Amino acid sequence: MIHIEEQTYEIIDKSQLIEKVTQKKKDGCRLVQISCTPLENNLEITYTFDKDYKCSHLRLSILQEDACLPSISGVYLAAFAYENELHDLFGIKVTDLAIDFKGNFYKLSVKAPFSPKTQNKVEQ
Amino acid sequence: MAKRTVVPFGPQHPVLPEPIHLDLVLEDERVVEVIPSIGFIHRGLEKLCEIREYPEMVYIAERICGICSFIHGQTYCQAVEGVMKIDVPERALFLRTIWAEMSRIHSHLLWLGLFADGFGFESLFMHSWRVREKLLDIVEETTGGRVIFGTAKVGGVRKDIDNLTLNRIKGELKNIEKQCRELTSVFEKDDSVKRRTKGVGILKKEDAVALGAVGPTLRASDVEWDARKLGYAAYSKVDWQIVVEKDGDCYSRCIVRCKELYQSFNIIYQCIEKIPDGPIDVKVTGSPNGEYFARTEQPRGEVIHYVKANGTKNLARFRVRTPTFANIAPLVKMLEGCELADVPVIVLSIDPCISCTER
Repeated sequence: MIHIEEQTYEIIDKSQLIEKVTQKKKDGCRLVQISCTPLENNLEITYTFDKDYKCSHLRLSILQEDACLPSISGVYLAAFAYENELHDLFGIKVTDLAIDFKGNFYKLSVKAPFSPKTQNKVEQ
Repeated sequence: MAKRTVVPFGPQHPVLPEPIHLDLVLEDERVVEVIPSIGFIHRGLEKLCEIREYPEMVYIAERICGICSFIHGQTYCQAVEGVMKIDVPERALFLRTIWAEMSRIHSHLLWLGLFADGFGFESLFMHSWRVREKLLDIVEETTGGRVIFGTAKVGGVRKDIDNLTLNRIKGELKNIEKQCRELTSVFEKDDSVKRRTKGVGILKKEDAVALGAVGPTLRASDVEWDARKLGYAAYSKVDWQIVVEKDGDCYSRCIVRCKELYQSFNIIYQCIEKIPDGPIDVKVTGSPNGEYFARTEQPRGEVIHYVKANGTKNLARFRVRTPTFANIAPLVKMLEGCELADVPVIVLSIDPCISCTER
Protein backbone atom coordinates (compact mmCIF):
# COMPACT_ATOMS: atom_id res chain seq x y z
CA MET A 1 0.00 0.00 0.00
CA ILE A 2 1.37 3.43 -0.90
CA HIS A 3 0.97 5.96 1.89
CA ILE A 4 1.54 9.45 0.55
CA GLU A 5 0.47 12.36 2.68
CA GLU A 6 -1.20 15.18 0.77
CA GLN A 7 0.95 18.29 1.17
CA THR A 8 0.62 21.71 -0.43
CA TYR A 9 3.42 24.03 -1.52
CA GLU A 10 2.97 27.78 -1.94
CA ILE A 11 5.80 29.63 -3.67
CA ILE A 12 6.23 33.09 -2.22
CA ASP A 13 8.57 36.04 -2.44
CA LYS A 14 10.81 36.99 0.48
CA SER A 15 8.90 40.26 0.87
CA GLN A 16 5.65 38.32 1.50
CA LEU A 17 7.11 36.05 4.17
CA ILE A 18 6.03 37.80 7.38
CA GLU A 19 2.53 38.50 6.03
CA LYS A 20 2.02 34.88 4.94
CA VAL A 21 3.41 33.46 8.19
CA THR A 22 1.22 35.81 10.23
CA GLN A 23 -1.79 34.52 8.29
CA LYS A 24 -0.77 30.93 9.08
CA LYS A 25 -0.64 31.83 12.76
CA LYS A 26 -4.09 33.45 12.56
CA ASP A 27 -5.40 30.29 10.87
CA GLY A 28 -4.24 28.28 13.90
CA CYS A 29 -1.38 26.47 12.18
CA ARG A 30 1.50 24.91 14.10
CA LEU A 31 5.03 25.64 12.88
CA VAL A 32 6.48 22.22 12.08
CA GLN A 33 9.92 23.03 10.72
CA ILE A 34 12.10 25.32 8.61
CA SER A 35 14.65 23.84 6.23
CA CYS A 36 17.12 24.94 3.59
CA THR A 37 18.20 23.18 0.40
CA PRO A 38 21.15 24.52 -1.61
CA LEU A 39 20.39 24.75 -5.33
CA GLU A 40 22.74 25.82 -8.13
CA ASN A 41 22.75 29.56 -7.41
CA ASN A 42 20.02 29.82 -4.81
CA LEU A 43 19.05 28.59 -1.40
CA GLU A 44 15.54 27.15 -1.20
CA ILE A 45 13.90 27.81 2.17
CA THR A 46 10.81 25.81 3.19
CA TYR A 47 8.55 26.71 6.10
CA THR A 48 6.27 23.82 7.07
CA PHE A 49 2.98 24.17 8.96
CA ASP A 50 0.33 21.75 10.17
CA LYS A 51 -3.32 22.10 10.94
CA ASP A 52 -5.70 19.17 11.45
CA TYR A 53 -3.07 16.74 10.10
CA LYS A 54 -2.80 18.72 6.86
CA CYS A 55 0.74 19.73 6.01
CA SER A 56 1.37 22.94 4.07
CA HIS A 57 4.64 24.53 3.01
CA LEU A 58 5.65 28.09 2.21
CA ARG A 59 8.66 28.12 -0.07
CA LEU A 60 10.94 30.89 -1.15
CA SER A 61 14.25 31.18 -2.89
CA ILE A 62 17.13 33.50 -2.04
CA LEU A 63 20.46 34.11 -3.73
CA GLN A 64 23.45 32.33 -2.23
CA GLU A 65 25.44 35.57 -2.36
CA ASP A 66 24.60 37.70 0.69
CA ALA A 67 21.84 35.27 1.73
CA CYS A 68 19.52 37.14 4.07
CA LEU A 69 16.08 36.47 5.55
CA PRO A 70 13.70 38.28 7.90
CA SER A 71 13.05 36.33 11.10
CA ILE A 72 9.59 34.91 11.76
CA SER A 73 10.39 34.49 15.47
CA GLY A 74 8.26 37.55 16.16
CA VAL A 75 5.28 35.50 14.94
CA TYR A 76 6.35 32.01 16.00
CA LEU A 77 8.88 32.25 18.85
CA ALA A 78 9.89 28.62 18.28
CA ALA A 79 11.37 29.66 14.93
CA PHE A 80 14.45 31.03 16.73
CA ALA A 81 15.98 27.54 16.90
CA TYR A 82 15.47 26.83 13.18
CA GLU A 83 16.69 30.28 12.16
CA ASN A 84 19.84 30.07 14.25
CA GLU A 85 20.40 26.69 12.60
CA LEU A 86 20.03 28.29 9.13
CA HIS A 87 22.65 30.83 10.12
CA ASP A 88 25.13 28.38 11.59
CA LEU A 89 24.86 25.62 8.95
CA PHE A 90 24.18 27.63 5.79
CA GLY A 91 25.55 31.07 6.62
CA ILE A 92 22.19 32.79 6.08
CA LYS A 93 21.91 36.13 7.85
CA VAL A 94 18.57 36.27 9.68
CA THR A 95 17.46 39.71 10.80
CA ASP A 96 15.42 40.58 13.92
CA LEU A 97 15.84 37.19 15.60
CA ALA A 98 14.04 36.95 18.96
CA ILE A 99 16.95 34.98 20.44
CA ASP A 100 20.14 35.47 18.42
CA PHE A 101 23.04 33.15 19.28
CA LYS A 102 25.26 35.07 16.84
CA GLY A 103 26.79 31.93 15.35
CA ASN A 104 27.09 29.98 18.60
CA PHE A 105 23.99 27.81 18.36
CA TYR A 106 26.13 24.97 17.04
CA LYS A 107 29.77 24.71 18.09
CA LEU A 108 31.33 23.93 14.72
CA SER A 109 34.92 23.61 13.55
CA VAL A 110 33.93 24.78 10.05
CA LYS A 111 31.91 27.94 9.50
CA ALA A 112 28.63 27.35 7.62
CA PRO A 113 29.53 23.72 6.73
CA PHE A 114 26.38 23.10 4.64
CA SER A 115 26.79 26.22 2.50
CA PRO A 116 27.82 25.56 -1.12
CA LYS A 117 30.23 28.48 -0.78
CA THR A 118 32.16 26.67 1.96
CA GLN A 119 33.28 23.92 -0.43
CA ASN A 120 33.22 21.56 2.52
CA LYS A 121 33.06 18.27 0.65
CA VAL A 122 32.55 15.04 2.54
CA GLU A 123 35.36 12.57 1.92
CA GLN A 124 35.08 8.80 1.69
CA MET B 1 13.66 42.97 42.84
CA ALA B 2 16.06 40.36 44.20
CA LYS B 3 19.61 40.22 42.91
CA ARG B 4 19.90 38.16 39.73
CA THR B 5 22.37 35.30 39.45
CA VAL B 6 23.20 33.22 36.39
CA VAL B 7 23.68 29.52 37.13
CA PRO B 8 25.01 27.31 34.31
CA PHE B 9 23.20 23.97 34.00
CA GLY B 10 25.08 21.41 31.89
CA PRO B 11 26.50 20.49 29.43
CA GLN B 12 27.76 17.95 32.00
CA HIS B 13 25.17 17.23 34.68
CA PRO B 14 24.18 14.04 36.59
CA VAL B 15 20.71 13.93 34.98
CA LEU B 16 21.99 14.56 31.46
CA PRO B 17 23.31 11.55 29.57
CA GLU B 18 24.10 13.89 26.68
CA PRO B 19 25.25 17.51 26.55
CA ILE B 20 22.81 20.40 26.58
CA HIS B 21 23.51 23.68 28.34
CA LEU B 22 21.08 26.07 29.98
CA ASP B 23 21.95 29.47 31.39
CA LEU B 24 19.48 29.82 34.27
CA VAL B 25 18.87 33.41 35.38
CA LEU B 26 17.75 33.23 39.02
CA GLU B 27 16.13 35.59 41.50
CA ASP B 28 16.86 33.86 44.79
CA GLU B 29 15.90 30.23 44.04
CA ARG B 30 13.42 31.04 41.28
CA VAL B 31 14.24 30.78 37.57
CA VAL B 32 13.21 33.95 35.73
CA GLU B 33 14.88 33.42 32.37
CA VAL B 34 16.46 30.51 30.50
CA ILE B 35 18.88 30.61 27.55
CA PRO B 36 19.42 27.18 25.98
CA SER B 37 22.54 26.08 24.09
CA ILE B 38 22.97 22.95 22.05
CA GLY B 39 25.42 21.98 19.33
CA PHE B 40 28.25 20.54 21.43
CA ILE B 41 28.35 17.30 19.43
CA HIS B 42 26.77 18.21 16.08
CA ARG B 43 27.68 15.46 13.60
CA GLY B 44 26.35 16.71 10.26
CA LEU B 45 25.04 13.25 9.31
CA GLU B 46 22.64 14.82 6.79
CA LYS B 47 25.56 15.77 4.58
CA LEU B 48 26.61 12.13 4.20
CA CYS B 49 23.96 11.79 1.48
CA GLU B 50 26.58 13.36 -0.83
CA ILE B 51 28.70 10.19 -0.71
CA ARG B 52 26.26 7.46 0.35
CA GLU B 53 23.75 6.11 -2.14
CA TYR B 54 20.12 6.42 -1.16
CA PRO B 55 19.63 2.73 -0.15
CA GLU B 56 22.70 3.00 2.13
CA MET B 57 21.44 6.15 3.83
CA VAL B 58 18.98 4.05 5.82
CA TYR B 59 21.97 2.82 7.88
CA ILE B 60 22.95 6.43 8.58
CA ALA B 61 19.36 7.34 9.45
CA GLU B 62 19.18 4.47 11.95
CA ARG B 63 22.33 5.71 13.64
CA ILE B 64 20.93 9.16 14.33
CA CYS B 65 19.71 7.82 17.67
CA GLY B 66 20.24 4.66 19.69
CA ILE B 67 16.79 4.67 21.27
CA CYS B 68 14.43 5.32 18.36
CA SER B 69 16.81 4.01 15.71
CA PHE B 70 14.20 1.84 13.99
CA ILE B 71 11.71 4.69 13.58
CA HIS B 72 14.41 6.92 12.06
CA GLY B 73 15.15 4.17 9.53
CA GLN B 74 11.45 3.62 8.89
CA THR B 75 10.78 7.33 8.38
CA TYR B 76 13.69 7.68 5.98
CA CYS B 77 12.38 4.71 3.99
CA GLN B 78 8.89 6.22 3.93
CA ALA B 79 10.37 9.48 2.58
CA VAL B 80 12.17 7.69 -0.28
CA GLU B 81 9.14 5.47 -0.92
CA GLY B 82 7.03 8.64 -1.09
CA VAL B 83 9.28 10.06 -3.81
CA MET B 84 9.49 6.79 -5.76
CA LYS B 85 5.80 5.84 -5.22
CA ILE B 86 6.78 2.40 -3.95
CA ASP B 87 3.98 0.04 -3.00
CA VAL B 88 5.27 -1.60 0.19
CA PRO B 89 3.83 -5.08 0.92
CA GLU B 90 1.26 -5.14 3.71
CA ARG B 91 3.14 -7.69 5.83
CA ALA B 92 6.14 -5.33 5.87
CA LEU B 93 3.91 -2.48 7.06
CA PHE B 94 2.63 -4.60 9.96
CA LEU B 95 6.18 -5.67 10.88
CA ARG B 96 7.31 -2.03 10.80
CA THR B 97 4.44 -1.17 13.16
CA ILE B 98 5.34 -3.99 15.56
CA TRP B 99 9.01 -2.94 15.74
CA ALA B 100 8.12 0.75 16.00
CA GLU B 101 5.85 0.05 18.97
CA MET B 102 8.53 -2.11 20.60
CA SER B 103 10.82 0.91 20.21
CA ARG B 104 8.23 3.07 21.91
CA ILE B 105 7.85 0.65 24.83
CA HIS B 106 11.58 0.32 25.45
CA SER B 107 12.10 4.08 25.03
CA HIS B 108 9.32 4.91 27.51
CA LEU B 109 10.64 2.34 30.00
CA LEU B 110 14.12 3.81 29.65
CA TRP B 111 12.69 7.29 30.23
CA LEU B 112 10.63 6.19 33.25
CA GLY B 113 13.85 4.89 34.79
CA LEU B 114 15.78 8.08 34.05
CA PHE B 115 12.90 10.19 35.35
CA ALA B 116 12.79 8.20 38.61
CA ASP B 117 16.56 8.60 38.89
CA GLY B 118 16.11 12.34 38.30
CA PHE B 119 14.09 12.75 41.48
CA GLY B 120 16.16 10.25 43.45
CA PHE B 121 13.93 7.15 43.35
CA GLU B 122 16.74 4.68 42.61
CA SER B 123 14.82 1.43 43.11
CA LEU B 124 12.12 2.58 40.67
CA PHE B 125 14.86 3.39 38.15
CA MET B 126 16.26 -0.14 38.47
CA HIS B 127 12.82 -1.78 38.19
CA SER B 128 12.08 0.19 34.98
CA TRP B 129 15.29 -0.89 33.33
CA ARG B 130 14.91 -4.49 34.54
CA VAL B 131 11.54 -4.72 32.77
CA ARG B 132 13.01 -3.04 29.68
CA GLU B 133 15.68 -5.72 29.39
CA LYS B 134 13.00 -8.37 28.79
CA LEU B 135 11.64 -6.36 25.88
CA LEU B 136 15.13 -5.86 24.46
CA ASP B 137 15.53 -9.66 24.50
CA ILE B 138 12.52 -9.89 22.15
CA VAL B 139 13.98 -7.13 19.96
CA GLU B 140 17.28 -9.02 19.80
CA GLU B 141 15.54 -12.27 18.94
CA THR B 142 13.52 -10.74 16.10
CA THR B 143 16.05 -8.30 14.64
CA GLY B 144 19.48 -9.45 15.77
CA GLY B 145 20.23 -6.13 17.49
CA ARG B 146 19.37 -4.50 20.79
CA VAL B 147 20.20 -0.91 19.83
CA ILE B 148 20.28 -0.75 16.03
CA PHE B 149 17.51 -2.98 14.68
CA GLY B 150 18.78 -2.86 11.08
CA THR B 151 15.52 -4.21 9.69
CA ALA B 152 14.13 -1.23 7.79
CA LYS B 153 14.87 -0.99 4.07
CA VAL B 154 13.50 0.99 1.18
CA GLY B 155 10.66 -1.13 -0.19
CA GLY B 156 9.89 -3.14 2.95
CA VAL B 157 11.82 -4.82 5.76
CA ARG B 158 14.90 -7.06 5.85
CA LYS B 159 13.61 -9.73 8.19
CA ASP B 160 10.37 -11.59 8.73
CA ILE B 161 8.99 -12.92 12.00
CA ASP B 162 7.18 -16.20 11.44
CA ASN B 163 3.64 -16.48 12.77
CA LEU B 164 4.55 -19.10 15.37
CA THR B 165 7.19 -16.79 16.85
CA LEU B 166 4.78 -13.85 16.73
CA ASN B 167 2.23 -15.76 18.80
CA ARG B 168 4.87 -16.82 21.33
CA ILE B 169 6.09 -13.21 21.56
CA LYS B 170 2.53 -12.13 22.28
CA GLY B 171 2.56 -14.33 25.39
CA GLU B 172 5.89 -12.86 26.51
CA LEU B 173 4.61 -9.34 25.93
CA LYS B 174 1.57 -10.07 28.12
CA ASN B 175 3.97 -10.97 30.91
CA ILE B 176 6.00 -7.77 30.38
CA GLU B 177 2.76 -5.76 30.31
CA LYS B 178 1.81 -7.21 33.70
CA GLN B 179 5.16 -6.09 35.13
CA CYS B 180 4.69 -2.66 33.55
CA ARG B 181 1.34 -2.29 35.34
CA GLU B 182 3.02 -2.90 38.70
CA LEU B 183 5.73 -0.40 37.76
CA THR B 184 3.50 2.38 36.45
CA SER B 185 1.14 2.14 39.44
CA VAL B 186 4.05 3.54 41.50
CA PHE B 187 4.47 6.48 39.12
CA GLU B 188 0.71 7.09 39.18
CA LYS B 189 0.04 6.71 42.92
CA ASP B 190 3.22 7.17 44.94
CA ASP B 191 3.14 10.30 47.06
CA SER B 192 6.84 11.13 46.67
CA VAL B 193 6.53 10.97 42.87
CA LYS B 194 3.51 13.28 42.96
CA ARG B 195 5.24 15.76 45.26
CA ARG B 196 8.16 16.15 42.84
CA THR B 197 6.10 16.28 39.65
CA LYS B 198 2.56 17.60 40.20
CA GLY B 199 2.18 21.28 39.36
CA VAL B 200 5.84 21.44 38.29
CA GLY B 201 6.93 22.75 34.88
CA ILE B 202 3.46 23.57 33.60
CA LEU B 203 3.07 24.07 29.84
CA LYS B 204 -0.35 25.50 29.02
CA LYS B 205 -2.30 24.22 26.04
CA GLU B 206 -2.01 27.49 24.09
CA ASP B 207 1.75 27.69 24.76
CA ALA B 208 2.26 24.07 23.69
CA VAL B 209 0.64 24.80 20.32
CA ALA B 210 2.22 28.22 19.84
CA LEU B 211 5.71 26.95 20.66
CA GLY B 212 5.46 23.88 18.42
CA ALA B 213 5.62 21.17 21.12
CA VAL B 214 5.36 17.57 19.93
CA GLY B 215 4.79 14.09 21.33
CA PRO B 216 3.95 13.39 24.98
CA THR B 217 5.00 16.99 25.80
CA LEU B 218 2.18 18.23 23.57
CA ARG B 219 -0.39 15.59 24.54
CA ALA B 220 0.17 16.18 28.28
CA SER B 221 -1.02 19.75 27.66
CA ASP B 222 -4.44 18.57 26.48
CA VAL B 223 -3.70 18.65 22.74
CA GLU B 224 -4.92 15.61 20.84
CA TRP B 225 -2.27 15.22 18.15
CA ASP B 226 -0.32 12.11 17.26
CA ALA B 227 1.41 11.59 13.89
CA ARG B 228 0.34 7.93 13.88
CA LYS B 229 -3.17 9.19 13.07
CA LEU B 230 -1.80 10.09 9.61
CA GLY B 231 -2.30 6.38 8.97
CA TYR B 232 1.17 5.36 7.79
CA ALA B 233 2.43 1.76 8.20
CA ALA B 234 -0.43 -0.32 9.72
CA TYR B 235 -1.79 2.34 12.09
CA SER B 236 -4.93 2.84 10.03
CA LYS B 237 -5.71 -0.88 10.37
CA VAL B 238 -5.66 -1.10 14.16
CA ASP B 239 -7.95 0.43 16.74
CA TRP B 240 -6.28 2.90 19.09
CA GLN B 241 -6.95 6.24 20.76
CA ILE B 242 -4.61 9.18 21.39
CA VAL B 243 -3.56 9.47 25.05
CA VAL B 244 -4.16 12.97 26.40
CA GLU B 245 -3.70 14.51 29.86
CA LYS B 246 -4.95 17.92 30.90
CA ASP B 247 -2.61 19.54 33.43
CA GLY B 248 0.54 20.07 31.30
CA ASP B 249 2.89 19.43 34.25
CA CYS B 250 5.69 16.88 34.73
CA TYR B 251 3.23 14.41 36.27
CA SER B 252 0.97 14.61 33.19
CA ARG B 253 3.90 14.02 30.86
CA CYS B 254 4.81 10.97 32.94
CA ILE B 255 1.25 9.62 32.92
CA VAL B 256 0.95 10.08 29.13
CA ARG B 257 4.02 7.89 28.68
CA CYS B 258 2.72 5.31 31.18
CA LYS B 259 -0.58 5.03 29.31
CA GLU B 260 1.17 4.94 25.94
CA LEU B 261 2.97 1.80 27.08
CA TYR B 262 -0.35 -0.09 27.20
CA GLN B 263 -1.50 1.52 23.97
CA SER B 264 1.68 0.18 22.31
CA PHE B 265 1.16 -3.32 23.75
CA ASN B 266 -2.40 -3.23 22.42
CA ILE B 267 -1.29 -2.10 18.95
CA ILE B 268 1.27 -4.95 18.81
CA TYR B 269 -1.37 -7.53 19.88
CA GLN B 270 -3.71 -6.31 17.14
CA CYS B 271 -0.92 -6.39 14.56
CA ILE B 272 -0.09 -9.98 15.52
CA GLU B 273 -3.77 -10.90 15.09
CA LYS B 274 -4.17 -9.12 11.76
CA ILE B 275 -0.78 -9.49 10.03
CA PRO B 276 -1.32 -10.96 6.56
CA ASP B 277 0.89 -13.55 4.92
CA GLY B 278 2.93 -12.49 1.93
CA PRO B 279 6.19 -10.91 0.83
CA ILE B 280 8.11 -8.55 3.11
CA ASP B 281 9.71 -6.36 0.46
CA VAL B 282 9.64 -5.33 -3.17
CA LYS B 283 12.59 -4.93 -5.49
CA VAL B 284 13.50 -1.28 -5.82
CA THR B 285 15.21 -0.20 -9.03
CA GLY B 286 16.20 3.16 -10.43
CA SER B 287 16.89 6.37 -8.58
CA PRO B 288 14.47 8.75 -6.89
CA ASN B 289 13.56 12.05 -8.50
CA GLY B 290 11.45 14.51 -6.54
CA GLU B 291 10.93 15.45 -2.92
CA TYR B 292 8.87 14.36 0.07
CA PHE B 293 8.43 15.22 3.74
CA ALA B 294 7.72 12.02 5.69
CA ARG B 295 6.29 12.36 9.20
CA THR B 296 6.06 9.67 11.86
CA GLU B 297 5.57 9.53 15.62
CA GLN B 298 8.68 8.69 17.60
CA PRO B 299 8.54 8.01 21.35
CA ARG B 300 9.45 11.68 21.86
CA GLY B 301 7.09 13.03 19.21
CA GLU B 302 6.76 13.87 15.55
CA VAL B 303 9.90 13.39 13.47
CA ILE B 304 10.37 14.66 9.92
CA HIS B 305 12.62 13.19 7.28
CA TYR B 306 12.84 15.30 4.15
CA VAL B 307 14.49 14.00 1.01
CA LYS B 308 15.08 15.82 -2.25
CA ALA B 309 16.41 13.75 -5.11
CA ASN B 310 17.56 14.62 -8.61
CA GLY B 311 17.46 11.25 -10.36
CA THR B 312 20.92 10.12 -9.24
CA LYS B 313 21.86 7.54 -6.61
CA ASN B 314 22.85 10.32 -4.18
CA LEU B 315 20.19 12.51 -2.64
CA ALA B 316 20.43 16.24 -3.25
CA ARG B 317 19.31 16.92 0.32
CA PHE B 318 18.48 14.87 3.38
CA ARG B 319 17.11 16.77 6.34
CA VAL B 320 15.84 15.51 9.70
CA ARG B 321 13.80 17.52 12.19
CA THR B 322 13.83 15.66 15.46
CA PRO B 323 11.23 15.91 18.26
CA THR B 324 13.68 17.20 20.88
CA PHE B 325 14.64 20.07 18.56
CA ALA B 326 10.95 21.04 18.41
CA ASN B 327 10.61 20.74 22.21
CA ILE B 328 13.47 23.16 23.04
CA ALA B 329 11.26 26.29 22.92
CA PRO B 330 8.50 24.65 25.05
CA LEU B 331 11.18 23.57 27.56
CA VAL B 332 12.31 27.18 27.95
CA LYS B 333 8.70 28.19 28.64
CA MET B 334 8.07 25.48 31.25
CA LEU B 335 11.28 26.36 33.12
CA GLU B 336 10.33 30.02 33.58
CA GLY B 337 9.16 30.61 37.14
CA CYS B 338 10.20 27.21 38.50
CA GLU B 339 12.40 26.50 41.51
CA LEU B 340 16.07 25.72 40.82
CA ALA B 341 15.69 22.28 42.45
CA ASP B 342 12.96 21.37 39.93
CA VAL B 343 15.07 22.13 36.83
CA PRO B 344 16.49 18.58 36.41
CA VAL B 345 13.00 17.01 36.68
CA ILE B 346 11.53 19.49 34.18
CA VAL B 347 14.39 19.02 31.70
CA LEU B 348 13.96 15.25 31.91
CA SER B 349 10.20 15.52 31.49
CA ILE B 350 10.52 16.34 27.76
CA ASP B 351 12.67 13.18 27.38
CA PRO B 352 15.50 15.12 25.72
CA CYS B 353 17.43 13.18 23.09
CA ILE B 354 20.47 15.24 22.21
CA SER B 355 21.85 12.47 20.01
CA CYS B 356 18.81 12.98 17.73
CA THR B 357 19.05 16.75 17.92
CA GLU B 358 22.77 16.72 17.06
CA ARG B 359 22.19 14.48 14.03
